Formats: sequence, C-alpha cells, structure tokens
Amino acid sequence: MLESKPARRRAHLALIGLALLPLAGLALGAARGSLGANPVETITHVTGEWALRLLLLTLVVTPLRRMTGWAFLAPWRRSLGLLAFGYATLHFATFLALDLGFDLSFLGEEVLERPYVTLGFSALVLLTPLALTSTRGWQRRLGRRWVTLHRLVYVAAGLAVLHFVWLVKADLAEPLAYAAVLVVLLAARWWR
Amino acid sequence: MRRRDFELPEREVTPEALFLRRRDFLRATAAVSLVAAGCLPGEEGEAKSRTPAGEPLAGVTPAPAGPFRATEEATSWEAATGYNNFYEFGTDKEDPAENAGSLRTKPWSVAIEGEVAKPGSVPLETLLAPHPLEERIYRLRCVEAWSMVIPWVGIPLAALLARFEPTSRAKYVAFETLHDPEQMPGQRRRILDWPYREGLRMDEAMHPLTILAVGMYGRVLPNQNGAPLRLMVPWKYGFKSIKSIVKIRLQEAQPATTWNQELPREYGFFANVNPDVDHPRWSQARERRIGEFSKRPTLFLNGYAEQVASLYRGMDLRRYY
Repeated sequence: MLESKPARRRAHLALIGLALLPLAGLALGAARGSLGANPVETITHVTGEWALRLLLLTLVVTPLRRMTGWAFLAPWRRSLGLLAFGYATLHFATFLALDLGFDLSFLGEEVLERPYVTLGFSALVLLTPLALTSTRGWQRRLGRRWVTLHRLVYVAAGLAVLHFVWLVKADLAEPLAYAAVLVVLLAARWWR
Repeated sequence: MRRRDFELPEREVTPEALFLRRRDFLRATAAVSLVAAGCLPGEEGEAKSRTPAGEPLAGVTPAPAGPFRATEEATSWEAATGYNNFYEFGTDKEDPAENAGSLRTKPWSVAIEGEVAKPGSVPLETLLAPHPLEERIYRLRCVEAWSMVIPWVGIPLAALLARFEPTSRAKYVAFETLHDPEQMPGQRRRILDWPYREGLRMDEAMHPLTILAVGMYGRVLPNQNGAPLRLMVPWKYGFKSIKSIVKIRLQEAQPATTWNQELPREYGFFANVNPDVDHPRWSQARERRIGEFSKRPTLFLNGYAEQVASLYRGMDLRRYY
C-alpha cells in the first residue's frame, strides 16, 4: 500500500484537498448567492458538520495505523486535526460575527446560559492548545506530556457530539449516529 | 383500502347535520367518493415532482391598512416556499419543497366536530364558499429565531366557526393535520406523535387577526406551506399555525398539542412570541429575518401587542409560555 514516498505524499495532499472541498463549496455558494434562504444557517451547519466529521476522522487514524501497520498514516492525524480545528474556528466565527454581531456581552451570556453553546465553545477552547502544540518543535519540547495533553482530543470530540445532540429539536438520528461513531472509536482505543 | 379521518363522520353524523344545503350534501358525497377513488392502489406517480408555483387566486380583497397589513418588505416567494418546517415531509428546511408533491389536496374535506350545533364533514369548496378571500400581510416568527413577512390569502377563522354555531361549552378549538404516511413520507418515522395537533383558546380563535389561509402571494397555497388549508396566528410562534388541516374540534378542555406533548418544558400551549421569555435552549430576544444577515430584535407578541395583549391580561407569561 502506497510503497513510494511520493505516492504517500500525493495521497496525503489529496486528503487535505478533499477536506477543503466543503469550504470551497461554501465560498462558491456565497459568491453565487446559492446558499439557500438562510445562508448564515447554511454556513453554520456546514462548518459545524465538517468540524465534527474531521475531528472523528482524526480519531480514526491511530486505530487504523495500528491495525494495518501503515506508519505513513501518522502525519495524516495532524492534518485532519488541524482541518477540524479550522472548520470549528470558522463555525465559531460565523456565530460570533453573524449571529451575535461581534457583541462580546452577548457571547458571554450565550456561553454561560445556553448549555449547547457552552459545550461547543468548550470543545473549541480544548482544541486550541492542541492546534498550537501540533508542531514537531512542541512535540519535542513537551515530550511525554505532549501525549497526555493531546488526549484532550477525546474530550473535545465528546463535547462536540453533545453540542450537536443538545441543539436538535426532535429528530436525534443524525447526532446519535455521530455519537455511535465516537463510542466505537473510543472502544477501539480502550480495548488495546 | 385506507380510510381517512374525515371520512368517518360522514357515516356517523346525522344526515340533517350535513344537509346544510342539498347541493352541499351532493357535493360532499361526490367528494368523499373521489377521495375513496384516490385511495385505490396504482394512483401514485404523477405528483412526485417539485410542487409548482400555485395557480393565481381570483377575487382577493386586500386587507385595509393597519395591523392586517404589515408594511415591511415581503419575503421572496422562493424563500417562503423553499425554506419550511413541515416535518410531515422531512426535517430539513428544503425537504417539504422537495417532498410535498405527494400530497393530494383535491378533493379535501374538513371535519367540524365537538361543541357545535351543526357538526359535519364538509368539502373544502363548501367550507370556503360563503367567505370572501382577503389578503393579510403578516410577520411570521418561528420558534427557531428566524422570521418572514408573508402575504397570506384566507378567511377569518371566527367567521367560519360561527357558521357551525359553537355551543356555550366551546372553550377551545383543536386542529388536526392529515395523517397519511402514503402522502406524507415524514410520518413513516415517529419523529413526532402523528397526526400533528394544535389548539387555540376560543378568544384567540375568534380574534380578527386569526385566519385560515388557502393561499399566499395571491396564489393557491403550495403543498409545502400547508395546502390546502392552514391556520395563521401571527402573534404566536409558527408551530401553532398548523398546516393541511382535516379536523377542527371545539371542546371544553384545553387540547393536547404536538410540540407541547413532545417537550413540555420547551413548547407551551400558548407559544406567544415573547423576547423576554427564552426557549430553555436558546434566546428569543432576537431573530433573523430571512433575507437579512444580522439579527433584529424580536417584538413582544410579534408586534401585535396592541391588538392581542388584552387576551393575556393578568396572566404570568413566564408560566404560561
């Protein structure tokens, strides 16, 4: 599987390209005015959905690497994690700019009083140090503590799924599907 | 063959009740047999496509200036007919426009039951015939904190109810949407406790702002907007304005309503638009008018306080949300 170095590099870049497609779709839709009757909601939903999907994909990498022995997958984890963080940041920025009009007092109120906002915001806060320390330099500097710190990704994923569950009105099928995926991924880690 | 709700009273009700006029009775009989014919297998197909824009409605009188005629710019037809909450056709906003083609709105009958002197199952044409159609431009505020401005075409609910002569025991009006998973694919999963039910207190139902709509933008109501007959109560959150009505029941007890049964802490029976009473999970202080980017403040009773605040005088609106 992907024996040559250039092939692996290309596959990695292709993955990053694929993960950026939803963002390109949003940009194109915004430019053409084809994001539907409520474009702000569309942007919020798409960025949120992809943040969660990519975060869960990040958690797939290590179990998959162990199962298959494909060591070249290791750097994919960082790329996927950073992409998830990027979408989560856009998701939050949309909320802050277009829902709250950059009003920080509104933000404080929302984060404190709306549990679903609290959960989503906490997930983003937890992901921030992980994104900042994702470089080789920080990995070296933190040593063993780096691994402990980066376990926070599981907490963040749990919070992100709960954030979704909490804001759905009646049909829980979709958020529960994400919850099921997360449970399987956690089980895959704990079993070893 | 499936029997639908509104066919049953036809057999049960005393003939006199339906004999409002001889011609009405004949039309009613014809309508019921057509419904029966429509239920026969092998009749699917034609209606699967996206619902086309409705036919223009003739003889519509514009409402006089004032509360019946919001002066704000109306939401675009595309948004108002393409962004809908109508879980009978799916839970995504685009689902109803996509899936509502399977709803057959002709023939259609409405059963009027309970505390009325003249109950009966009445074909829609007969139900509407005596009432002039009026255009009402109303703000529509969804409980999800978005809003629209829509020119409805309809009739005052009060005038319609009066024809059936409510008794002194009629304290509430209960409404029911069609329940037919064949026509409403969203009902194949138990997302809500089908059929959808809503209700009003009698004084709310008789208020001049409350209408039954059969059209919007001068055209026949598209299926995804609740064809052929829907309620429109502009000072309440949108979920109160029940769509595709097949049953209107007057009764003494407060009726059970769908969202209230589902999540009683989140959706009350009254569901009056109120920026000061938040939904437990989100703020109701502001709303996004569809077509605008930033949010605007939500108005108490959706801007109809002058007309309807007196209905709730002395009531604790935090308790009766």
